Amino acid sequence: MVQVGLNHFLIVSAILFSLGIFGIVTRKNAVMVLMGIELVLNSANLNFVAFAKYGNFGLSGQIAALFVIILAAAETAIALAIVLNIYKTFSTVNVDEIDNLKE
Amino acid sequence: MAYFPILSFITFLPILGMLIILCIPGKQEKFIKVFSAVITGLQVLLAGIILNSYNYSLPGVFHQNSYQFIEKFRWIEISGLSWIGTIKIDYFLGIDGISAPMVLLTALISFIATLSSWNISKSIKGYFALFLLLDAGMMGVFVALDFFLFYVFWELMLLPMYFLIGIWGGPRKEYAAIKFFIYTLFGSVFMLLVMIGLYFSCTEVLANGTRAFTFNLIALMDPKNYTATGILSPFNPGNLRFAAYIALFVGFAIKIPMFPFHTWLPDAHVEAPTPISVILAGVLLKMGTYGIIRICFPIFPEITRQVAWYIALFGAINIVYGALCAMAQKDFKKLIAYSSVSHMGYVLLGMASLTTVGINGAIFQMFNHGTITAMLFLLVGVIYDRAHTRGLDDFGGLALKMPMYAGFVTVAFFAAIGLPSMSGFISESFVFLGAFSVSSIRIITIVSTLGILLGASYMLWALQRVYLGKFNEKWSALTDLDAREYAMFIPLTIIIFILGIYPSFMLNIMNTSVNSLVDFMNKMPASFSALKF
Amino acid sequence: MTEAVLLNISIAILLLPALGFITLILFGKRIPGPQWVGTSLIFLALCISIYVGFGKLAFYAGQNLIMEGRWIQILNVPVLGQVNFDLGIKLDNLTVIMLFVVNLISFLVHLFSMEYMRGDIRFSRYYAYLGIFTFSMLGIVLTHNILMMYIFWELVGISSYLLIGFWFEKKSASDASKKAFLVNRVGDTGMFIGIMILFTNYHTFTFDTIFAQIAAGNLPFHSSAWLTACGIMIFLGAVGKSAQFPLHVWLPDAMEGPTPVSALIHAATMVAAGVYLVARIFVMLTADAMLTIAVIGMITSFIAATIALTQNDIKKVLAYSTVSQLGYMIMALGVGAYSYAFFHLVTHAFFKACLFLGSGSVIHAMHHEQDLRKMGGLRKKMPITYYAFLISTLAISGVPFTSGFLSKDGILAGTLAFGSLTGHWLIPIVAFLVAMMTAFYMFRLVILAFHGEPRDLHKYEHAHESPFVMAMPLVLLSVLSVFFWYGLNPFNPSTGWFLDKWIKTPTTIVPQNMRFDFMKTEAPVAGSLENAKAGEVKTTNAPIAVGAPKVTKQNESETAIVHSEHYMHAMHQAHYPAMALSLLLGGIGILFSFLLYQWKKIDPDKLAESLKPLYKLSLNKWYFDEIYAATFIGGTLAFSKFLAWFDNKVVDGIVNGAATLTRMVSKLGGLFDHVVVDGFVNFTAYLSGFIGIFFRKFQTGKVQTYVVFVVFSVIILLFIFRPFF
Repeated sequence: MVQVGLNHFLIVSAILFSLGIFGIVTRKNAVMVLMGIELVLNSANLNFVAFAKYGNFGLSGQIAALFVIILAAAETAIALAIVLNIYKTFSTVNVDEIDNLKE
Repeated sequence: MAYFPILSFITFLPILGMLIILCIPGKQEKFIKVFSAVITGLQVLLAGIILNSYNYSLPGVFHQNSYQFIEKFRWIEISGLSWIGTIKIDYFLGIDGISAPMVLLTALISFIATLSSWNISKSIKGYFALFLLLDAGMMGVFVALDFFLFYVFWELMLLPMYFLIGIWGGPRKEYAAIKFFIYTLFGSVFMLLVMIGLYFSCTEVLANGTRAFTFNLIALMDPKNYTATGILSPFNPGNLRFAAYIALFVGFAIKIPMFPFHTWLPDAHVEAPTPISVILAGVLLKMGTYGIIRICFPIFPEITRQVAWYIALFGAINIVYGALCAMAQKDFKKLIAYSSVSHMGYVLLGMASLTTVGINGAIFQMFNHGTITAMLFLLVGVIYDRAHTRGLDDFGGLALKMPMYAGFVTVAFFAAIGLPSMSGFISESFVFLGAFSVSSIRIITIVSTLGILLGASYMLWALQRVYLGKFNEKWSALTDLDAREYAMFIPLTIIIFILGIYPSFMLNIMNTSVNSLVDFMNKMPASFSALKF
Repeated sequence: MTEAVLLNISIAILLLPALGFITLILFGKRIPGPQWVGTSLIFLALCISIYVGFGKLAFYAGQNLIMEGRWIQILNVPVLGQVNFDLGIKLDNLTVIMLFVVNLISFLVHLFSMEYMRGDIRFSRYYAYLGIFTFSMLGIVLTHNILMMYIFWELVGISSYLLIGFWFEKKSASDASKKAFLVNRVGDTGMFIGIMILFTNYHTFTFDTIFAQIAAGNLPFHSSAWLTACGIMIFLGAVGKSAQFPLHVWLPDAMEGPTPVSALIHAATMVAAGVYLVARIFVMLTADAMLTIAVIGMITSFIAATIALTQNDIKKVLAYSTVSQLGYMIMALGVGAYSYAFFHLVTHAFFKACLFLGSGSVIHAMHHEQDLRKMGGLRKKMPITYYAFLISTLAISGVPFTSGFLSKDGILAGTLAFGSLTGHWLIPIVAFLVAMMTAFYMFRLVILAFHGEPRDLHKYEHAHESPFVMAMPLVLLSVLSVFFWYGLNPFNPSTGWFLDKWIKTPTTIVPQNMRFDFMKTEAPVAGSLENAKAGEVKTTNAPIAVGAPKVTKQNESETAIVHSEHYMHAMHQAHYPAMALSLLLGGIGILFSFLLYQWKKIDPDKLAESLKPLYKLSLNKWYFDEIYAATFIGGTLAFSKFLAWFDNKVVDGIVNGAATLTRMVSKLGGLFDHVVVDGFVNFTAYLSGFIGIFFRKFQTGKVQTYVVFVVFSVIILLFIFRPFF
């Protein structure tokens, strides 16, 4: 019987992180990018909690995770509002086309 | 007249006039012309007043106190500089017997040139503004007694001349203007170098008792003022002073113009409009010889005596070479331009004699050449205005069609070949008599007398080709002189005759100064290095 | 009649013609009768000059009257102290006689021209020019210093230029006037050099002062060679004005002027000025200078006489005869026959003026035909002209009872004496030959023009005797060509008042060792100078200042010691042989001309054919014009063309070359600046630009790309810092 240990959590977290990054990089839809970001944040949360469980850090990990969750919520709210405004301005949420700041 | 800055007034009056002209709208052509004539006429009046109250017995030359109508005050002063001490430049004006005739000449020729400018049609306003600026520059050169100020006026004259030839000139005006400008500037550069060299060699006592370097021409003439170590100090062994003399001389020689620096003159004359030719021949050329007499001679007396033979030689070359070149010309103006080269040779020859008679003759010749050649150029201008050609062979028999004109031509031509009873004769005779009395240049003088013969040859030949012989029917539309032209020619004719019959008018003005100059030149030791004052 | 009065009215003589000139030149067109203005003024001058001449010769014959004033004064001259240019007049016997001659001939020419020039478009101008000419000539005569003489000398030159070129529409006339002036200028240049030598040494121009200095042994530059050179240089002026070889070429061409002008210029005035000048400086001529002068005079008289033999233009014959006679006078001065030279000057002035005016009368009658070959038989049509002309011809040919006989004979005797004393026999030989030729060509002229049958009938038909104003001068002048005006003895003039009382040869003042042997005096020169000084009487003591003329008197008797006994003796001995020989040769010449042209015993054409080279040489005036045109004129013109080319191409070429060089250098500099200096700067900019462009590629503006970079960068960083973990 394989004991579920820290490594497993980390692997899951890594997979989640990778998927999130993948989503951020490849998706064209801004909303999908935001979802990727959520995945990345959640993988970080998972890491926090895992290290809190297996390490000797007290409750710091959980508190950090809670902060991240709140942050993520706030970030999503603002980001969605921005996306909505972007859509209003450019009539699209495709991140490739919104590069006015490039030049 | 207790104290009235008449020299400043006569110098800056044209600049005042220029400023006023610049404020007048360019359409008021008539007014601008009349106004310029009034300004230059006033200048003649002022020159007359100056000569009227001129004291014949004061020599000037190297006595600061015996200059007349002196105006002197500090113009630029910067004190407390490390090794230089104080930089000071004076605004210093004054005249003596050498410059007084030139002041009169400048005023007179400017006035007459203004009258002859009536036919200018292009951009009247600009023309007269530049013309008056030129006038001021020329006058300034003759009254300045501070080398720096002299240089400023010298360069001030250059600029308007460039534009006057370059804008109002003939077909090759750009070439001629640039040639004139660069040639003169080339000379000025030498002058500037020598000027600065002299400045750092000579000191003058200031009011507070300290000594400072000086541009004062009169201070520069006194060997006592030189520092022992100054690079152009007479006590300084070596050939630097000689080199400086040559550089300065070349700077002036270009203006005279002395062979081989004369080639700008025919081009400039041919391209320049008539009044500018008049100014050029009448006044500008004199600035070169004046500079030599005023600056080269008394500041470098010992070197002048060394090179006098060469100056005489170049004078003779000018006389003979200019005359021969004139003989071959087909363009009337070029002929007169080369005759100027020849006549200025007399000035050089007379100066080189370093005798009273010779230098009197030289300065008198400067004045006479100014009036006579001005008249010649005006006369060429008359037919050029009417016929638009200057080819000597294009005309013939004009004396039949324009008898009054031909009469003035005859007077001017005969004056130019030095006929007695006209002013040119006296000055040429003086030059020859003075030069002949110096044994070292006697042979040169004898060769130069060829100029009398050659001068008559080309002048009479030209007279014959243009005015005598069968009338060329092509020009049957030509008209004789009008009132304005009479107003130009009659005064010049009268001056030529009066100075020919009673030359003492002019000689008395110059004589004291010339004597003093000759005396000074002869008294200066040949070498200073052995002497300590 | 005090001396001051005489001197002051002499100035009036001088100024009257000038007044005429000024009046006519300024208002000529508005005056109805311009000829009367000029003529009356000259008449007045003539009257005054007769008065002055009478006063001077009657009361002051032995004295010189001088009045001078300052013209130009240069004070305080270093070394010299004071240099003065004086104006002054000197009345001696020479002067007053010349005053009379010049005024008389000028007056007669004025009179003659009234008819001759009537209707000319520049009639008033003509009289104005005559006025200035007379003024200048009188100036030469009156002045007491050499600078003033030079001044009037030049004025004569220029007024002759105006007169000769009076009909300037004709190219030939304007050419001739130019030639006359320029050839004269050659001589004048030499004269001016002479003046410079004198001035340099003596600081004055006054003849008397200079002569006193020379007499005191103060030679120019302390060398006798310079004294000789000075004499010859001043003589060059005379060579020009008096048309001596080699400057004689202008005179025949000057016949282009109106004929009365020829009479004025070529008889009494301009050409005589040269002789007058040599007479003035006679006392300072050294033996070498005198020999030069004599030889030049000899060559001139010979060449001109040979040319005159064959000319066909009536005026050309007279022109060359004038040149020849002037050569005579110059030669006479050279051999020391001073008084006879001046005598001949006066007599020649009258008969040559008569000849010229006579030819003018003929030309007028023939409607401006001057060719002798078209004349003939005019004697009947124009008797007055003919007889006047004939008398003058007799005078110039040296036939007894004429004035010419007296003066010419004196000159011939002088040359003969000179030959016997110095051994220069060529001079008398040539002189006698010329006398023969003169007689020949003058009679040839008379015969061709007046005798025989008319050759051009059409012109002959219209010929008529000239009116009174033209005939009167001829008569008067021919009367003056008779002997008794000059002395009662028709064979020996030396006893007449002209030579006995008025004109005496002055003693030369050059040092004894520089004189001809026969001119050496027994008395020491210094002594005579003392005497001369003692004779100077100041009548006014006013200090000399500008405008306050000083009047002085000078006794002439001491300065006028005649030649040594030697010379007088030789002259005396030569007198009768010379007379006989000249009569003989003159007779032969006249006979030949009658044989050839009147009686036609010898065919002149055949004679010409047989002597073809000589004939050609004579007809073509010895090719002087051609030679001068080819050498001096052509040479000068070619040289001037070359110099103009040199000036344009070489001198100006150097200037323009310098400009081009500067421009090339500046172009190279510009190129360097552009390529290297600026290239480096641009390269830097380009490089940074390039780098910018490269890195801009990474700046896509897409967050996703950046994230990829971040991720990969982190991975790379992790890889790099691997050892630290």
